[in-house]
Amino acid sequence: MQSKAYPHLGETLYSATLPNGLQLRVLPKPGFRTRYAALDVHYGSAYRRFTLGGRSYDTPAGVAHFLEHKAFDLPDGDNALQLLSANGADPNAFTSTGDTCYFFQCAENFEENLRLLIHFVTTPCFTAETVEKERPIIGQEIQMYLDSPDSTVYENLLTQLYAHHPIRERVLGTPESLAEITADTLYDCFNAFYTPANMCLCVAGDVDPEEIEALAREAFPSERAEIPETDFGPAEELLPVEPLCRVQMPVAAPQYLIGAKLPLPASGAEAQRARITALLALRTLFGPSSAFYTRLYSEGIITRNYSYDVDFSAGTATFLLGGESRDPERVLAEFKRELAAAAESGLKSAQLERCRRAAFGARLRGLEDFESVCLSVADGVFDGYDALEAPVLLAQITKAECEAFLRGIRPEMLALSRVDPYTNT
Amino acid sequence: MELKRSEIMPGVWLSTLKTDKFKTACLSLSLLSQLRRETAASYALIPSVLRRGCARYPDLDALAARMDELYGTAVEPVVRRIGEIQAVGFYASIPEGAFLPGGEDVLRPACELLGQLLLSPNTRGGLLRPQYVDSEKEKQLERIRSRINSKGSYAVQRCIEEMCCFEDFAVGSLGSEEDTESINYKKLTKQYHTLLQTSPVEIFYCGRADEKELTAILRDALMTLPRGEIDYEIGTDVRLNAIEAQPRCFEEKMAVTQGRLVMGWRLGEAMEEPDLPALMVFNAVFGGNTTSKLFLNVREKKGLCYSVYSMTELHKGLLLAAAGIDFERCEETRDEILHQLDCMAKGEISEEELDAARKGVASELRMTMDSQGELEGFYLAQALDGTDCGPLELAALAETVTKEQLAAIARAAECDMIYFLRGKDEEDEEDEEDEEEIELSDEELDALLAGEEEEHAE
Repeated sequence: MQSKAYPHLGETLYSATLPNGLQLRVLPKPGFRTRYAALDVHYGSAYRRFTLGGRSYDTPAGVAHFLEHKAFDLPDGDNALQLLSANGADPNAFTSTGDTCYFFQCAENFEENLRLLIHFVTTPCFTAETVEKERPIIGQEIQMYLDSPDSTVYENLLTQLYAHHPIRERVLGTPESLAEITADTLYDCFNAFYTPANMCLCVAGDVDPEEIEALAREAFPSERAEIPETDFGPAEELLPVEPLCRVQMPVAAPQYLIGAKLPLPASGAEAQRARITALLALRTLFGPSSAFYTRLYSEGIITRNYSYDVDFSAGTATFLLGGESRDPERVLAEFKRELAAAAESGLKSAQLERCRRAAFGARLRGLEDFESVCLSVADGVFDGYDALEAPVLLAQITKAECEAFLRGIRPEMLALSRVDPYTNT
Repeated sequence: MELKRSEIMPGVWLSTLKTDKFKTACLSLSLLSQLRRETAASYALIPSVLRRGCARYPDLDALAARMDELYGTAVEPVVRRIGEIQAVGFYASIPEGAFLPGGEDVLRPACELLGQLLLSPNTRGGLLRPQYVDSEKEKQLERIRSRINSKGSYAVQRCIEEMCCFEDFAVGSLGSEEDTESINYKKLTKQYHTLLQTSPVEIFYCGRADEKELTAILRDALMTLPRGEIDYEIGTDVRLNAIEAQPRCFEEKMAVTQGRLVMGWRLGEAMEEPDLPALMVFNAVFGGNTTSKLFLNVREKKGLCYSVYSMTELHKGLLLAAAGIDFERCEETRDEILHQLDCMAKGEISEEELDAARKGVASELRMTMDSQGELEGFYLAQALDGTDCGPLELAALAETVTKEQLAAIARAAECDMIYFLRGKDEEDEEDEEDEEEIELSDEELDALLAGEEEEHAE
């Protein structure tokens, strides 16, 4: 395996691409008992339409997530979730718009658990009967999210921003799309995307990278398969479809998200730099030490339930800022005013430098969490950048780059999604 | 990594775990008091008010700028309920100098900042500033009200409130809306001084500094901490039995898509001399993980739900089970959950179930050693219980728990409350429309709140 040291972070990352195309990353963590593995499949809910071997597929919403539930089933009737759990591991999985990720952590029996992880993710077993059995369980999961204001405010925002990109549809699908999914649908998508060349295995813990590589070579299927061509539809305009959406739910105070589509950087390296720039610029102008935040917090307009991010997924880039506020329109107005002022007179250098320090500390803190490190390393693998270079890049980002990012968010690009209390009629 | 514990000032205990495993250090300071209806809301508010400004850094801007300078050192207010003890204070996350440019040491300045926040608030005429108190009071009210946003945790809290309605445990870590509304800055200043003088203080640190160095830094930072008669008479009243012969039932209606069933038990005799590892393994077999009886039967076999789990509150001696279900399947789910506990009571626990649960609990405890947040919570609870068994020792004990111990715990559990959150039917919708006429709009509510604030200012 190739190793790369990051001396300022006290980390060394080992990398290999196996003959079957699998991307392997190992981050040794001496002195830790916890060992963590994430097997990330580059296939999420937005990958509904694709072409493989000359055949085109158009699949119902929610297949990637349904597949995640059923991936744990093994041909002998066993369930890998229970087997891992019974072996002392803490296993789980999630599906997002761009990825399906299976992971576990444990203190003992790591290699055995890792073999099982690789085995169940690469061994399909879907029957009409097991698919029928799973339908009501996922139906309840959909119901659960329908009661969640956080999910609602986010999902509504994506439908406001995106005209046709499948990112606008719910990851879990709808009760109707759920009804269309069969064992054959699951096999089609499994055969297309669940191939080692479309996966990244990232391991962190007190392990020997060479041993992990040997295990991976043996445990994964050896053939290298073609990866499907995904169709996300025509490129989207930067303007939102619907600038405002309000719905009512049983919540105590309005929940809101302000968002905008951002232009997609040309390459992975540019995307990484763009994201670090965006987060530094947003921290400087809207972070916890910004005049915007402290003023609106002191006035009671925003609360500690407040955050912002820039999300790159399935060929999209989205800016988001939100939380809880008694007056989301006011937050939006102040946000626009602040952007306009920054476009006019630029950022304050002293504030930017302070935020750069704080951002460095936050990145250091992020390295404590095996899961977040492994997932960002895997994101980097699929998007073509080195996630652990982020602290070095952070030091290089210029004030002009931050200002250019902020100027790129024009007021007409913004959409506001809110979930209001029922009494607000 | 060995825990060292010493009293560094009267009633101020420091627990340190020296390790170079992490890239940031964690430091928490908790003021301990008995959880009581009369004081819970006020005590909960104190760290948030202190976090608005101190003499040296008088407002949020100055504080935030200082924390940015210290490479994003975060000193944030924390309020917890551990059994019937309320722990209020700060949790600080401090980057280790070894990873900072020039090896800059930020531990000392971070401890100084913690000391200034705690002991030198931004006051006017010796009183906490009314505008900070009123503003944070409003935010605490918002936080209490926003409990309804997350239906799963809301249902669990409501079940506990109804189940423990005669006990202080029902108060919750933030106190009630009414008690929060009645807070004023003069009374709060008095309560702040009382808390400083009488509370036992627990400090936890995990990082690269050694105990001696840290003790010296903290003694400097906390030099002006007033120490009066320390109230060590704090603890949790454990009720062993259910309130009535049959479980009480409580149903609540809300405009929700999915029903939430939460059941609560008293752990009974199992709390007379609680066997922590056995209770943890018991929960793992019952509903703590994906090999549990609840997951395998209520979810996988019967398909009643997506989410089902159990948990224990081992200071108060409670067992809770929760499931998100269709409204009409409440009885069926309740009966299945009761049936699974009954199976455990009869000793119907397979070797596989027992083995999986033991391994799961032992593994989880061992992994505690790798998370500063988990270690902090673990050792604070240990300090309150007066026990000194570390996660690794508990893990070894968990591996020896027997089926008989688990059956005995299941037999001792007494179901005390069955809570169900269900959706509104059409009749209810009509009622709601009537209600809405008398409810206030946002603007009216704002005006009313502003009026109250003016009253306080006068």
